[in-house]
Amino acid sequence: MSETLQTPPVSSGKPAGPDQPDQPSRAYQVFREITTGNAIISVLAVLLALLVGAILIAFTNEDVQKASVYFFSRPGDTVVAAWNSVSGAYSALFQGSIYNFRKPDFASGIKPLTETLTFATPLIAAGLGVALGFRVGLFNIGGRGQMLIAAALGGWVAFALDLPAGIHLVVALVVGVAGGALWGGIVGLLKARTGAHEVITTIMLNYVAYYLVSYLLRDGFLKTPGSNNPQSPASKPTAVFPDLLGPAYNLHLGFILVIIATIFTWWLLSRSNLGFQFRAVGLNPHAARVAGISVNRMYVYAMLFSGGLVGLAGINQVLGTSTSGFDAGIDSGIGFDAITVALLGRSRPWGVFAAGILFGAFKAGGFSMQAAEGVPIDIVLIVQSLIVLFIAAPPLVRAIFRLPTPGQKTPGAKTPRKRTTTPTEAVAS
Amino acid sequence: MSTPITVSPAGSTGPGAAVTAAGPDFEQIKSWKTPIALAIFSVLGFLLLVVFGRDGESTMRLSTTTDLIQLPDVVLPTRPTGIAVVALLLLITAASGWLVRSKAKVPIWLVTVFAVFLLVGFLAWASADHTIPVPGLLFGSLSLAVPLIFGALGGVISERVGVVNVAIEGQLLAGAFTSAMVASITQQPLLGLVAAMLAGVLVSFVLAAFAIKYFVDQVIVGVVLNVLVSGVTGFLFSQLLAPNAGTLNSPPRFENINIPLLSEIPIIGPVFFRQTLIVYIMYVAVACVYFGLFHTKWGLRLRAVGEHPQAADTVGINVARTRFWNVSLAGAIAGLGGAYFTLGSVGAFGKEMTAGAGFIALAAVIFGRWDPIRATLAALLFGFASNLQNVLSIIGSPVPSEFMLMLPYLVTIFAVAGLVGQSRGPAASGKPYIKS
Repeated sequence: MSETLQTPPVSSGKPAGPDQPDQPSRAYQVFREITTGNAIISVLAVLLALLVGAILIAFTNEDVQKASVYFFSRPGDTVVAAWNSVSGAYSALFQGSIYNFRKPDFASGIKPLTETLTFATPLIAAGLGVALGFRVGLFNIGGRGQMLIAAALGGWVAFALDLPAGIHLVVALVVGVAGGALWGGIVGLLKARTGAHEVITTIMLNYVAYYLVSYLLRDGFLKTPGSNNPQSPASKPTAVFPDLLGPAYNLHLGFILVIIATIFTWWLLSRSNLGFQFRAVGLNPHAARVAGISVNRMYVYAMLFSGGLVGLAGINQVLGTSTSGFDAGIDSGIGFDAITVALLGRSRPWGVFAAGILFGAFKAGGFSMQAAEGVPIDIVLIVQSLIVLFIAAPPLVRAIFRLPTPGQKTPGAKTPRKRTTTPTEAVAS
Repeated sequence: MSTPITVSPAGSTGPGAAVTAAGPDFEQIKSWKTPIALAIFSVLGFLLLVVFGRDGESTMRLSTTTDLIQLPDVVLPTRPTGIAVVALLLLITAASGWLVRSKAKVPIWLVTVFAVFLLVGFLAWASADHTIPVPGLLFGSLSLAVPLIFGALGGVISERVGVVNVAIEGQLLAGAFTSAMVASITQQPLLGLVAAMLAGVLVSFVLAAFAIKYFVDQVIVGVVLNVLVSGVTGFLFSQLLAPNAGTLNSPPRFENINIPLLSEIPIIGPVFFRQTLIVYIMYVAVACVYFGLFHTKWGLRLRAVGEHPQAADTVGINVARTRFWNVSLAGAIAGLGGAYFTLGSVGAFGKEMTAGAGFIALAAVIFGRWDPIRATLAALLFGFASNLQNVLSIIGSPVPSEFMLMLPYLVTIFAVAGLVGQSRGPAASGKPYIKS
């Protein structure tokens, strides 16, 4: 609760309103706009989450525990130990995700940032897919299955076929995305035809895909000849995403593709006729049906696009990140992370893009934090989930920091209400 | 859609009530979905049991060695059994087709009989020249289903009161973690059980606070809570439990308790009445939740709040409070399921040890149409399917093990698509109630 020390200047601005209710000063207006906006909530949410993470790190640190035994005789030791553990962990997080100050030159110092973008690439792609589902009122938990199928089909093209450079890459990419779209499309088709709930079918198809790919890797067309490991052969160099910044960095073409995918999703949702129908169905399927939109067809199309975008994340893994062959764990939980990314991005394409980069940074930094400071990477999960939780509840953040609430309405009645509709429909309807 | 309020008749659940309340309009509709699904399964059965039929003898062992009453092993000739089963399947399919033609509903027991026949045929086929220990198969199924059932009960209560509970996974994991830790420290499994309930309630508190007080989307909170619990338990596991496994992560496990007399009933006894305390609590919980939901004032209020909060508010029910405490109760029940992982089966806590069981429980809730009994049956089905694979992998199944593992999930997809279809949850589930 050390953050509350900073609040007095904030809350001292509040009484200025009642003093001159008719003519609030310009400065006060600006102040209100800043403190009630979404940006400040997001920043404070990240701060709060990091604060909770810091408390956890400090409490479980060995030095802190040792020092706390004699806390009452020398409290300073505990404080110092806590500060050291937290600052060490967070500086490792920063240096692992944005810029490493220990490196001599800029070129190697900036490498963590490129790692962040590399980690962010599949998160953004899959996040876009889940977000698109949310906008149509569908809850796509099937990211894992869609990624696996995309990786399996696209991966097969990448290692089995002999095609000229360039064409090979495009074919593998298209086949992979189509695989994801197919796996997602099944869900849409089942929902449209029989009303089967997509939460059930996506979860079940995750398992089906996992066992299918496991089998194919062990005894099917994905098997490496002459090897007993359930792992595929390496992708051919003609199909591998080229590095964007040279061989010193891991950042590859996938990141550009993800930017294109974000632009495409934005265009699809906000500028196209189909996207308008998508959003109409997401906001109110009954009204959409009355307006002449074929809701069932929209479900199928939406799941095709959603699965395709998640498939892009899957193929990105095979052609970009782990090109030396893959196993059935190639999705590495991205399908589930994508749900959080989509939620943090509030199902808006560029929001998802930003959220993906933030989570990518946490992922990249989390690994170096674990290596350097011995702080388990799980702390990243905690911080990530708290960020989403706090951002989803602006009234809570305002209450903690004593910020003024926007307008005269009851706290929380306005902002969160708007957003609640989309994903809920998925499970409730 | 003006969903009829399904609070009045006792047993009426979700979609069933909608049909009865909507009256004659719906009687005209002939749904061929069930016969078509049965026909598909019959054809599959024909292909597997007759076309790809196997020769030999399948033995079903009905008794364990410790049973008081020993039943003889049942020996079935594999191929004739398959042919007989397929004939029966076709018969049932034809009957269901005739029923639909004459505008009657296909009774659920007919579908159940169909499923049992198909299952027997499949078991006989898979175990040609081998022995299947039937009590062992069923015992393991029940064990695997226990956490799913607790999770599903929690899900049913929570969703019936109008709060979508995607956080079952988190509640299970929190329960597993705390029960392991508390039981290790105190060496009292019962205290571990209580701690698991408290942990589930704690997760529920967060869900309820954000969903009810701050009107945050319930699905968001649920998903995020799963991640949060997974992160917190994983973090504490690495930092505290793993280095001090002896003191913090070696809980005593519940002993199996044989109920006198009941445990000696052939087949049923060894399966149901030689279980641990948690399983017996589960029986009580299922009965209590069912009775409570449909036969008490508490259940009526709960369902009223979940279906039509405004109406409930009008008659003086405090919607927010009802939701808050019932979501907490749901968390306590789901937490018990988590304790089963550590105190009932595995022993020590492991990272992510629930491994998606919460999501399967969520599927069971929807599959069971938000009804405690049906959700329990759905959870049992999942448990059975996963244990079937275990048993068959021991006796050596002719199918690659991956396809056996896939089977329960495929069957669920078919069942949901073909037999359950559009399932409608409580009307106000997932919608925050803002009192105006």
